[in-house]
Amino acid sequence: MSSTLVAIFSMGFLGAVFAGGLVLASQKFAVDVDPTVDALERVLPGINCGACGFAGCRSFAEGLAEKKAPPNGCPIGGNDVTTKIGGILGMDTGSANNRKVAQVLCKGGHTEASIRAEYNGPMDCRVANLTQGGDKGCTSGCLGLGTCVESCFFEAMAMNDNGLPLIDEDMCTACGKCVAVCPRDIIVLAGEEYGVHIRCRSEALGKEVRKVCTVGCIACRKCEKECPVDAITVVNNVAAIDYDKCIVCRKCVSVCPVNTIEAQDGKPIVKQKKVG
Amino acid sequence: MELFLVFLSAVLVNNFVLVRFLGICPFMGVSKQVETSLGMGLATTFVMVVASTVSWLIQHFILEPFGLPYLQYVAFILVIASMVQLVEMFLHKTSPTLYRSMGIFLPLITTNCAILGMALILVMRAFTFSQSLIFGIGAGVGFTLALVLLAGIREELEFADVPAPLRGAGIAFIIAGLLSLAFSGFSGLVS
Repeated sequence: MSSTLVAIFSMGFLGAVFAGGLVLASQKFAVDVDPTVDALERVLPGINCGACGFAGCRSFAEGLAEKKAPPNGCPIGGNDVTTKIGGILGMDTGSANNRKVAQVLCKGGHTEASIRAEYNGPMDCRVANLTQGGDKGCTSGCLGLGTCVESCFFEAMAMNDNGLPLIDEDMCTACGKCVAVCPRDIIVLAGEEYGVHIRCRSEALGKEVRKVCTVGCIACRKCEKECPVDAITVVNNVAAIDYDKCIVCRKCVSVCPVNTIEAQDGKPIVKQKKVG
Repeated sequence: MELFLVFLSAVLVNNFVLVRFLGICPFMGVSKQVETSLGMGLATTFVMVVASTVSWLIQHFILEPFGLPYLQYVAFILVIASMVQLVEMFLHKTSPTLYRSMGIFLPLITTNCAILGMALILVMRAFTFSQSLIFGIGAGVGFTLALVLLAGIREELEFADVPAPLRGAGIAFIIAGLLSLAFSGFSGLVS
């Protein structure tokens, strides 16, 4: 019994000595933390996803306080958080909608794109892409194995019956995980208000594209000529749209002979045919 | 002379990282830049020096007189954890850049087995107070030496054409193994 007491007292004594020393040290080495950093950290989502490019919400808040990060830098928080950050920093963030959503730039599903081989490997697009480029005839198109869907942290993606990923634009937070994981680089982040997308990234010649896909861009340049604001340019045998210039007039949609260009008419496609 | 041998033994012959294989976690984790690894080495050295003397005092004035040698681990960890807290506060105040670059590895000095190993070894070897102090300094210097050596080589490797499968951790482990082999050459220096 007495040895237990001795043990308790000696360890308690040691603990008290060190605790007292640390209390003194913490007063001597106290670091003044900017109170705005704490305030900013509280309005951020706090899930430390890193989509802003900083190590976590705390370092993003520090970046904001030092004016190194833009107030709209948090893609997860969206407009709500941007407005709150603007309030704390005394900045006018305006009412501009800067929310982005992911867009899949490929329309070649099972019915549109041809298959040139049978793929029996692991169901992962990255593996399929390394295995002789997968089973699809088109070497730029969606492999359809759903690696992006698995990568989605927010359950905003699903594969449709045609073997292409669908994005629920309401759920998408533009965290960029699917963009990074896609081995074909066909997922991009575009502003929510842009409803016109050129859904093909194939740089093959038009003739080759027609052999493997019925909806692939053949680089006919009709859209480029039709566009009133020069937002579309054909580079490397594929049309590309500059979202900053696009005024969503939808003229290119009707002239496209292969229906590569798609207009969403303000309605998210997922809303029309939701899967799963 | 005997103190010098204790020092040399701790730095080279029985180097904590490369010969005893203690404290491998910060050895691999904080050895990408010479500057950061030097800071990490100095922080660990400070904790080692203080821990070696304070552990000796606790062992001889509290644990042994009261018959509590079974509380060795608890008492030593208490010392180490407090010292690490102190270093962390000090660094946060004086060098925020170094504080940030060390990241999680700074509080993790607490769980660095090289420090607890050093405290236990100096009790096992029945060192005197001055020997313990020198042993602590030697252990810290040896740890810093190993970290800076690896960091220097890894900095040079940034520009080397490393085969793809070995890039990053793979080549670092191979280099660490070669360093360890090289240090085994010191084994005949002090018996």
